[in-house]
Amino acid sequence: MEKEVAIVGIGWEGFQPTSAHYSYKEMIYQAAKKAYHDANVDPRKDIQSFVTVAEDFIEGTSIFDEYTPDQLGAALKPMHTITGDGLHGLITAYLMIRSGICQIAAVEAHSKASNVKTLPHITHYALDPFLNRPFEFHPDFIAGLEMTRFLHESHLTPEDCALVVHKNRRNALDNPLAPYGCDYRLSEIQESRPVAYPLLESHIAQPADGAIVIVLAKREIAASLSSKPVWVIGVGWCNDAYSLEYRDWGDLPYVTKAAQMAYRQAQIQTPSKIIDFAEIDDLYAYRELMSLTALGLVPKSDLSDAIRSGKLYPRGDLPVNVSGGSLGMGNLLEANGCAKLIEAVLQLRGEAGKSQIPNPQIGLVQSWRGIPTTSAAVVILAVS
Amino acid sequence: MNLRKVAVVGAGMTQFVRRAKETPQEMAFKAVRAALDSCELTLKDIDAVCLGTAPDSFDGFHMNGEILSQAAGAFRKPYMRSFVGGGTGVFVPIQGWYHVASGLFDVVLVVAEEKMSSYYPHAQAAFLTIFDHTIERPLKPNLLWIFALEMNRYMTTYGLSKADIARVSVLHKRNAADHPCALLGDATITVEDVLQSETLAWPVQRLDVSPVSDGAVALVLAAEHVARRITDKPVWIEGVGWCLDTAYWTNRDLAYPRYVEIAAKMAYEMAGIKEPRKEIHIAEPYDPFDYKALHHLEGLQLAERGKAIELYLNGDAERTGNLPICPSGGLLGVGNPISAAGLMKVAELFWQLRGEAGKRQVPGNPRRGLAQAWGDLMQVGTVIILGR
Repeated sequence: MEKEVAIVGIGWEGFQPTSAHYSYKEMIYQAAKKAYHDANVDPRKDIQSFVTVAEDFIEGTSIFDEYTPDQLGAALKPMHTITGDGLHGLITAYLMIRSGICQIAAVEAHSKASNVKTLPHITHYALDPFLNRPFEFHPDFIAGLEMTRFLHESHLTPEDCALVVHKNRRNALDNPLAPYGCDYRLSEIQESRPVAYPLLESHIAQPADGAIVIVLAKREIAASLSSKPVWVIGVGWCNDAYSLEYRDWGDLPYVTKAAQMAYRQAQIQTPSKIIDFAEIDDLYAYRELMSLTALGLVPKSDLSDAIRSGKLYPRGDLPVNVSGGSLGMGNLLEANGCAKLIEAVLQLRGEAGKSQIPNPQIGLVQSWRGIPTTSAAVVILAVS
Repeated sequence: MNLRKVAVVGAGMTQFVRRAKETPQEMAFKAVRAALDSCELTLKDIDAVCLGTAPDSFDGFHMNGEILSQAAGAFRKPYMRSFVGGGTGVFVPIQGWYHVASGLFDVVLVVAEEKMSSYYPHAQAAFLTIFDHTIERPLKPNLLWIFALEMNRYMTTYGLSKADIARVSVLHKRNAADHPCALLGDATITVEDVLQSETLAWPVQRLDVSPVSDGAVALVLAAEHVARRITDKPVWIEGVGWCLDTAYWTNRDLAYPRYVEIAAKMAYEMAGIKEPRKEIHIAEPYDPFDYKALHHLEGLQLAERGKAIELYLNGDAERTGNLPICPSGGLLGVGNPISAAGLMKVAELFWQLRGEAGKRQVPGNPRRGLAQAWGDLMQVGTVIILGR
């Protein structure tokens, strides 16, 4: 197992459906303060490189990277933005530390989704202007199409997806970070409004605000900064076709390729036996099941059993989204991957409170950038 | 620092034009194809792709990186887009550098694309939304307006004349006349032409400014053991540096870009350069405005503060001079499709150091060159040093 880079500090602010009393800068400042305290570092003296993940249209500001340094203590320092999920940002810091250009780096991801009045309208601008935009369909329609194909190929039912919602929202009740915890009856989930049949409103993660900062360090100094360093032992990321017309609608080859890259690096041959828990994409409930197969953790034919037998619950063999996932913590836009990473780090440190699963050693975190992208990232974490 | 060696092994670019008929994807594809052909590789040889493109509002796409992914050659490959505003063009090869230097990849494709003509009626309007929503946007500032402030400050601090600064524009546009992809090359332009051009926001006149353009550029980077198999003439990335200053630009000393100095010093230290004025043989400082080339040469420690103009007055800046500056023609001459313009400068160093720059070739077998870009709210400096 390769131990080159470790996570030595984490900090967060939120998560909540709205944050009227806070600007995104104030949220990031709070998260940064906690992360630097956790890692016992001074951003002005110790951190040599900073990364933010953000997209201009979501922020409502062009060239948003202008506004990234001050609240992190990064002014007049090497800092850049990645337009990707928080895990892409984390991987960037990992690459920089491995390259030798820095020894300690910080990553920031945030969501001020409550500022975005018309998220579907903005997402519409991510579609091909000639082939797709003229249809003027709602972005969730693409998820509905994908869900239909996936359920058809894997012989699953909408009820299997409702069980994912049930599990994640119940898990969220034990996670103090998660605003969408709820112990629903299955019928309540299944009776919710259809958005793009068979996709129901209850299957979709609701927006939330929050900020997350993570500090990473090179092997030689990680131990001096943290008594519980969490090692990044494998990373992978991948894009598939941008064109809707070119996609493989029943599978997620980009998640598979990202996972294979991470497994290869972590020297994991049979992930289903090695991975103790997984925090994975569930922006739409069906995506959790789809991703489980793409990650090589549960074969397509066993998915229904896995969700019905309790295997994926916190006390099961393969706890998935113990945090509550995006269904429970909210859709934090580009911060989704980092929110899941926070849970994974807390689990591996044994600091997850009521959500704690017994003695985990290796955890997997996976994220997807959402409709209409085919951009996924995987990070595998371990404690020694 | 004991870092993995990374080389540039191929480069390609599209024509820089005011209004391309191609879509953004087609432009990215053309540049990628040219870069791969230049080193006889195919997409199968590429392990990962890094993309640079400046604000999404130009192309009119949300998640512009995703839209360009397939065209940039990233189908089923690791792919990320980095972003530091106008500094992106020189940052994206730095991103490619750390991808290879990390040890995870051996061959990485670096692509920069910009299509500014989609913004109707003029790309300048996209810049209205870059300012602080509460304290600045109500004033309706645009980029010409704030750079006029900076130019004025620079001229006033050092007592420079408009006629002297116009020499920069004249040299760069004349150089660009030899560049086959240039938009505004002009072999006969004079200082008088610049001084008589339309005033946009005093002291900025039309010919002090680079044009709005469309274009794309791509490079192929490779780890040492692979680079030597691909080419006899690898050009090594010897130093990289970048630095982002506070967003509160109104509190900055506008006469001197300290963030460029810090970025340059980071790159010089990595490259083991102690005396940049002797050890850098070609400089491609970022020149979206003529005064910016001077401003940046000072930040890069290639001239004393307020004295960069002397390089132009005494002929040092010419291709045959002691420190050739923007032999490509720079943004003022070749064009300014934001991120692609920065990467064009790096491509120029690659061609110059290999002796493949044609009519633009700097004589005397130059060994080392520096490219720099700048952006955001007069805030970010990105620096790369190539050598052979």
